[in-house]
Amino acid sequence: MRYAMAVDTKKCVGCSDCVVACQTENNVPIGYCRDWIVEVTDGTYPQLELEIRSERCNHCANSPCVRCCPTGASHYSDGGIVLVTHDMCIGCGACIASCPYDARYPHPDGYVDKCTFCMHRVEKGQKPACVEVCPTKCMYFGDLDDPNSEVSKVLKKRKFKTLIPEAGTKPQLYFLI
Amino acid sequence: MNEELIVSGRMNYKVDPTLHIWGWEIPLYLFLGGLAAGILFFAALYYLRGKENQYQFAVKWIPMYTPFFLIIGLGALFLDLHHKLYFWRLYTSIKLQSPMSWGAWTLMVVTPLSMVWSATYVRELYPKWDWKLKWIFDLETFLIKNRRTLAWIMIVYAVILGTYTGILLSAFNSRPLWNTSILGPLFLVSGLSAGAAMIMMLSKNPAERTKFSQIDLLLIAIELTLIIHMFMGFRASTQVQIDAAAMFLGGPYTLPFWVFVVFMGMILPAFLEFWELKGNHIPAYIPGVLIIFGSIMLRFIIVYAGQASRYLY
Repeated sequence: MRYAMAVDTKKCVGCSDCVVACQTENNVPIGYCRDWIVEVTDGTYPQLELEIRSERCNHCANSPCVRCCPTGASHYSDGGIVLVTHDMCIGCGACIASCPYDARYPHPDGYVDKCTFCMHRVEKGQKPACVEVCPTKCMYFGDLDDPNSEVSKVLKKRKFKTLIPEAGTKPQLYFLI
Repeated sequence: MNEELIVSGRMNYKVDPTLHIWGWEIPLYLFLGGLAAGILFFAALYYLRGKENQYQFAVKWIPMYTPFFLIIGLGALFLDLHHKLYFWRLYTSIKLQSPMSWGAWTLMVVTPLSMVWSATYVRELYPKWDWKLKWIFDLETFLIKNRRTLAWIMIVYAVILGTYTGILLSAFNSRPLWNTSILGPLFLVSGLSAGAAMIMMLSKNPAERTKFSQIDLLLIAIELTLIIHMFMGFRASTQVQIDAAAMFLGGPYTLPFWVFVVFMGMILPAFLEFWELKGNHIPAYIPGVLIIFGSIMLRFIIVYAGQASRYLY
């Protein structure tokens, strides 16, 4: 099993619904977020191109955060989801510094927090909150090992990219382009 | 033009707008760890070379400071933790791929080792000292008999500790400035240099001071070579490392790095020591303080600048 997410940059309008849904679903403290919207403007006026991406933890298959964690609090869970065990985390910040996507932050309660792909929902067969609420249905979530999953099908059909592949982290958040 | 904006308003504490997860605590801890490593290295080295009476201060006296340096360093590290009450979790697992885990366990060995080393000299230096309990006397006799073994363990662990202070940072490939294996030897040599400077400043034996002044000159030369290699490596590397080097070659860290670390912390004290070895009188604390200042600044600047260096996407 290999959970992954694909975000269609052609469909994403940057409404931030995913951000709010995540904050509500996961009780993310005020002023923090586990996912965010990036707008990239490329080119010279009037030939401009806009790409909008909904970003979050890439649940990398070769995660520097798991590697550098001194206590084993950061770990791979079912389907390769990268999680933090709160009562094993000492809040040293090594994983935060190790993430090239800056996807982690120190939670006010002390431990390090990040996107969990809404594992508590995924375990029940539901989609992550951000995917569920997206008004343009631009996000696809599922198991890459299952050829019939939504995410496998869309990645077969469409061109895609990952962020900073040169960092060698094998990210599992795909952007359809 | 390529403009990238986070439009949903992300302002995660200590992460945005630029990463600042590590403040003054980590560089201070790295410095004190390196300093302790330097002191213990020379103590063990000159003991093993049979010069414990010739370089008494380096072998017998100054190691007594190291437990304090290490404890202050560990205190700073503790202050840096966000989930403080769980710090003991460091010692419920051994993670071979995590330099921080290596470091935690190394300190677990080095700190008691530095105390034990000093304890074996207490009665020699303070003849009136009384351990009170018989088993402590027996233990002391046993340790003194095995001082050679202790020295070998200490020299190995001093090198591991000194190198670890740099490897801790170089293991992060997400921060291009840190992601160079030169940081391990650079921080080790800088720690040795700070240790030698402490001995040079505080020793009352002129022969010992001259010796450590010469050692410091050599170490400064090695440090400068490593720094040049580091920038050569960056300049010949990928765009992100070229950008990382640019922070020091015209960017915001140019002045603090080249003035405080390289000039005031290396070139000036090297010149003063050279001048003194030529027979002129320079108070030993001037080059000593400068070297220690440079050593501290090196850690602060590398830790702060490293957090500002990142991949672009």
